Amino acid sequence: MPLLDARDVQGGYGGMNILNGVDMAIEADEIGVIVGPNGAGKSTMLKAVFGLLQVSQGEVLLRGEPIHNLPPNRLVQKGMGFVPQEYNVFPSLSVKENLQMGAYLKPGSVKRMLERIYEFFPPLKDKRHQPAGELSGGQRQMVAMGRALMAEPEVLLLDEPTAGLSPRYMNEIFARVKEINAAGVSILMVEQNAKQALAIADKGFVLAAGQNRFTDTGAALLADPEVAKSFLGG
Amino acid sequence: MNELVFFINNVVIAGSVAGSIYAIGAVGVTLIFSIMRFAHFAHGDMMTFGAFMVLLLTTLFPGAGNAIGVPTPLIMLPLAMALTALLAVGIDRAFYKPLRAHGVKPIVMVIASLGVTLMLQGLIRLFAGTGGESLYVDDRKEIFRLTVPLEGVRVPVVITEPQLYLFALTLISVVALHFFLSRSRLGKAMRAMSDNPPLAQASGINTNTIVAVTWVLAGGLAAIAGTLLSLDVTFKPDLSFFLLLPIFAAAIVGGVGHPYGAIAGGFVVGFAETLAVFNWGILLRPFRDSLPEWLAQAGNLAFVGTEYKIVVPFFILVAILVWRPTGLFKGKVI
Repeated sequence: MPLLDARDVQGGYGGMNILNGVDMAIEADEIGVIVGPNGAGKSTMLKAVFGLLQVSQGEVLLRGEPIHNLPPNRLVQKGMGFVPQEYNVFPSLSVKENLQMGAYLKPGSVKRMLERIYEFFPPLKDKRHQPAGELSGGQRQMVAMGRALMAEPEVLLLDEPTAGLSPRYMNEIFARVKEINAAGVSILMVEQNAKQALAIADKGFVLAAGQNRFTDTGAALLADPEVAKSFLGG
Repeated sequence: MNELVFFINNVVIAGSVAGSIYAIGAVGVTLIFSIMRFAHFAHGDMMTFGAFMVLLLTTLFPGAGNAIGVPTPLIMLPLAMALTALLAVGIDRAFYKPLRAHGVKPIVMVIASLGVTLMLQGLIRLFAGTGGESLYVDDRKEIFRLTVPLEGVRVPVVITEPQLYLFALTLISVVALHFFLSRSRLGKAMRAMSDNPPLAQASGINTNTIVAVTWVLAGGLAAIAGTLLSLDVTFKPDLSFFLLLPIFAAAIVGGVGHPYGAIAGGFVVGFAETLAVFNWGILLRPFRDSLPEWLAQAGNLAFVGTEYKIVVPFFILVAILVWRPTGLFKGKVI
C-alpha cells in the first residue's frame, strides 16, 4: 500500500476545474516530484492533497485512510507537513517563534526539535531572535522548511522550494531535501527546475492541463526523449 | 507652584485616566482586527455591557467587598469579565461566525457589528434604564487630597480611589497581555494567525480556537475598561458613543493590529484630549507681569472648550490617516 495515494483527483476554485483526474502515489521514504508547464495544476494538486482545495471527485489516501477535504490542521495531526511557495513564514514572529509554531500540536517536543533544526540549518540559530520577515529569501525558505519539519511529519509537501532563489541557495535546498528524505521523511514537491528535481526523484509526475502526461521513476523520465523534448527544454 | 499642581490634576492625572481606558479598549479593537480583519464597532457597547454587569452584581450583592476592604465593584469585576467574554463569544457564534463562513467582505462584518451595537444598547437600556448610575452602590468613593510639602502651595494633588485602582489594573492588564502574547503558546499562535492565517492553519493551529480566544480576551478587556470608566465617573447606557471614536483613533494612531501600538495610541489620544481642553492661561499666571497685555488679559487659553473634547480624537484620526495611515508602529492599513 502506498504511503500517499491520490486517485483520479478532480477539483478547482469556484466551480472551475483545474485538476481533471490526477493520479499520484508515493511509497514511504520516497521523493515524488511534480513537474509540468505553467498552469498545468502542479501547485493546485499539492493544495488538493493538503486540504486547501475542495476535491470534488476522486480521493486522497494517507496509509489507506481517506484525507481529502479534511482541514489542514487535522492533516498536520496525521503527519503531513506543507511548505507553501509564497507567504511561507510569519514575518513579524522571530525565527525561533516561527519554528515553535511548527510544533504547535506537539508542545512537548519543541525543545528537542529546535536543537535538531538549528543543527540542520545552522544560519537559523544565529538569527533565531530576528523577525523572519527580515531574512533573505534563502534563509526564509530554511525557516519555512524548518517550521514544517518541527512537527516531525511523515510526508512533507514542498511547493517550489527553490523559486526565486540564487543558484547557490538552490543547490543548498536540493541537498537539504535529499537529507530530509534520507532521515525518513517522504517528500512530494512541485519544481520548476525539472531536470534537477527529477534527478533526485524516486517518482516523477509530469502534469499538463490538469492530467497526468507521464508517470515514471525520475531517472526514466529524464531518459525519455519525449519528456525531454516537450517538458525539459530539449 | 499652585499652577503646576493644577496642571498635574487636570492634565497628568486626567490624561492618564482617559489614556488607560482608551488603551485597554483599543487593544481589544486591534486584537479583533488582527485576527478577523474587521473594525468591531460594537466594542464600546461590550465595554458598557461589562460595566453594566458590574453594576448588576454590585446591586445584587451589596457589601460583598466590605469583608476584605475592597470596593464591591472591583470584587465583581472578574465575574463581569467572564460574563462579557461569554457575551463576546456568543455574539461571534450568533452573528459574525455565519458571516465569516460565507466569506463576506469586511464591510459586511462592520455593518453587522453596527447592528450588534444597536441591539446591545437597547438591551442595556431595557434593564438599566436611561439615566446615569454610580457603581458605588454601597461604598463611598474615597478621595485623596495629597498636600504638596512646599511653602506657598495651597492646592492639593487630588486623586480618587477608583483612579488608583484604574492605574493598578491598567498596569496589570498591560503586563499580563505582554506576557501572554510573547511567552504563551496560545499568544504566539494568535500573533501567527494575525501574520498569516493560512500558514497558521497549515502549522496545525485551530483557527476557530484562536478566534474564540480573541473574543474572550477582547471581552474581558472591554469589561475592565468599561468598569474603570464607570467607576471614575458614572455608568451610562450610552457610554459607547463617547468611547468609540477615541478608541478607534487610539487603535489607528498606534497602527491597527499592533497591541503595543494601541496602548501607546490610547495614551496619545487621552493626553491630547486633556491637553487640548486645558486652560493654558493658568500656567501663564505667575508670569502675568512680564507678559504682553493681550496675553495677560486672555481669560481662557484652552485650544477647545471642554464640551468639544470629542473633536480632538476626531482631529487626530483625520491627521494620522492623512499623514501616516499605518500609524506610529506601522500596522496594517484598513
